[in-house]
Amino acid sequence: MSEALRVPTMAEYMAQGKKPEVLFWVGCAGSFDDRAKKITKAFARILNKANVDFAVLGAEESCTGDPAKRAGNEFLFQMQAVTNIEVLNAYEIKKVVTACPHCFNTLKNEYPALGGNYEVVHHTTFLKSLLEDGRLTVEGGKFKGKRITFHDPCYLGRANNVYEAPRDLLRKLEVELVEMRKCKSKGLCCGAGGAQMFKEPEPGNKDVNVERTEQALETKPEIIAAGCPFCNTMMTDGVKNKEKEDSIEVMDIAEMIASAQEL
Amino acid sequence: MQYIPNLIFLIILVLGVGFFIKNIKKLLRNIRLGKDIDRSDNRPVRWRNMAKIALGQYKMVTRPVSGILHVVVYIGFIIINIEVLEIIMDGLFGTHRIFGFLGGLYNFLIGSFEILAFLVFVAVVVFWLRRNVIRIKRFLSPEMKGWPKMDGNLILYFEMVLMTLFLVMNATDYQLQLNGAAHYASGDGIVGAFPVSQYLLPLFNGLSDSALILIERSAWWVHIIGIFVFLNYLYYSKHLHILLAFPNTWYAKLKPKGELDNLQSVTDEVMLMMDPNADPFAAPADGAEETGDPEKFGASDVTDLNWVQLMNAYSCTECGRCTSECPANQTGKKLSPRKVMMDTRDRLEEVGKNIEANGSFKEDGKQLLDDYITKEELWACTTCNACTEACPISIDPLSIIMEMRRYMVMEESSAPTDLNNAMTNIENNGAPWPFNQMDRANWINES
Repeated sequence: MSEALRVPTMAEYMAQGKKPEVLFWVGCAGSFDDRAKKITKAFARILNKANVDFAVLGAEESCTGDPAKRAGNEFLFQMQAVTNIEVLNAYEIKKVVTACPHCFNTLKNEYPALGGNYEVVHHTTFLKSLLEDGRLTVEGGKFKGKRITFHDPCYLGRANNVYEAPRDLLRKLEVELVEMRKCKSKGLCCGAGGAQMFKEPEPGNKDVNVERTEQALETKPEIIAAGCPFCNTMMTDGVKNKEKEDSIEVMDIAEMIASAQEL
Repeated sequence: MQYIPNLIFLIILVLGVGFFIKNIKKLLRNIRLGKDIDRSDNRPVRWRNMAKIALGQYKMVTRPVSGILHVVVYIGFIIINIEVLEIIMDGLFGTHRIFGFLGGLYNFLIGSFEILAFLVFVAVVVFWLRRNVIRIKRFLSPEMKGWPKMDGNLILYFEMVLMTLFLVMNATDYQLQLNGAAHYASGDGIVGAFPVSQYLLPLFNGLSDSALILIERSAWWVHIIGIFVFLNYLYYSKHLHILLAFPNTWYAKLKPKGELDNLQSVTDEVMLMMDPNADPFAAPADGAEETGDPEKFGASDVTDLNWVQLMNAYSCTECGRCTSECPANQTGKKLSPRKVMMDTRDRLEEVGKNIEANGSFKEDGKQLLDDYITKEELWACTTCNACTEACPISIDPLSIIMEMRRYMVMEESSAPTDLNNAMTNIENNGAPWPFNQMDRANWINES
């Protein structure tokens, strides 16, 4: 905590005539949402610790357009996409890492047809590769032996078949990983996807996040691990709804790793 | 005179098959009302998917109870159809068990058919119990009331009756062979093996040969006529999946589930806007063809969907696995992916009948949006892909929901206010919330 964060922008890199090995795409939630900003900082601290040469776009970053596209506003989505692609291509970006599965999915799958071709990875996959390359070491620390369940983000799991990277990281933290009744390809959505995050739910008999939180609570976890800022918000609200916020934490895997390393 | 049964059989065969072909043509015409979409890439992967998912029933068994029962009925259906071939030949030529010359192999086949018929019967009874006695939740949804419920049960009754007739036919045939009745008995001993129907023999104890022949012939005729009726029932029923599951899995989306297509019509507009050299007032180039009305964004009716989506609608057998996995549906919202498919099919049938009655489509003041699928249903979707993952034959309800959202937003501007606010924010300040884009990196220096 003592060391200041080193988060250069692409503009600064450009001014020095350098290129980073990876662009950290922060995303709207990661930039503005108070809860998600903690995830962003935790991930940046890990990148600092592992001496990853990275940069952010800063004020040059703009919404990927995911919520607009899922709401049906293809026009707004493509305007966002094309503008972002111009910026990314101008900086000759080759590799992008993001802590938001929605940004991840959109950048990886929907930008190529519009001229944006990058290697895009989710931060859990990136962290796993840092471990494999020996650039980062992870020990359980305070999480060792803790009972933890992982909530699969739809846009990481079903949408892109990434199920194991987050779980591998949890295993590295030596936690007791317990799976929910509905997990991996059968995981239940937190309720935020498809632009639901930005609107009131339709009438029903329960909120989706409460249903999902109940499934998580069935595993009697000490921590619910997440890999998406929106899932994080939804599950945190769900835990509060169940008045369990004193005993159960909702944490992003990046936060857990940073915390275990006392970063 | 002696050829009258053969002639009657021929007429029934021609009528049965002919009517079926007529319905298939109708089906193809309706599917072709959809927009064109190219799904012919990656053929090896497509064949593999079809082999694994449709032929191999790979996704059915993810729910073991219904999955394994379904595999039994599926294998039974396919294999017992070999026997239908013999029945048709016997019907046409007036022979008795024309393949009997195969000897040991024939006995093995008939024996297997009998065992399968019995297993199918048991599985179908369990299916009926699940729908009507155990009352599994996904069979009780609002969209399953009325015809869909009856359709499901009718199919099960059909199969129960067909299997019973098959076994009765074999049992009486066996008894007649034992009695040495003319036309039935052969010099080489018993033709066929009857591991199941032999236990039905006590039922026919003491009956004369003529009574046995009457029962055997009745069972034989009702069985084969039943098969033709069932064949023609398919088009009017959810049961078309037995045929359409195969093309449906072949033409399914291969891209990552999370990837939605980028509308080309929008891309053209956006690229024009981004092109600094484009002259917005430019007249069309000389000789440029009249391009017609600009394309409609998204879908408000079935003809705005592509043909794969329309085929999906005909392929759906209303099992409800999608709906039971849907987060919106599980929490009491009106959205049901199964209903989206059923509504699409119902509307498509209506459009098809309209075309038949009027030569071409005559405006009927109805459309898929609002008249069949409500906005409330469409806005409840979280795009989580649980439905597309759950479908045992790769139907994609999400793509239809997305097309209709596109219509609501880009043609009608009828998005919920909250969403309009979020979209305005994205447009103005590059985030769904009203934060200044210039503050995007403030987190770096915040403690």
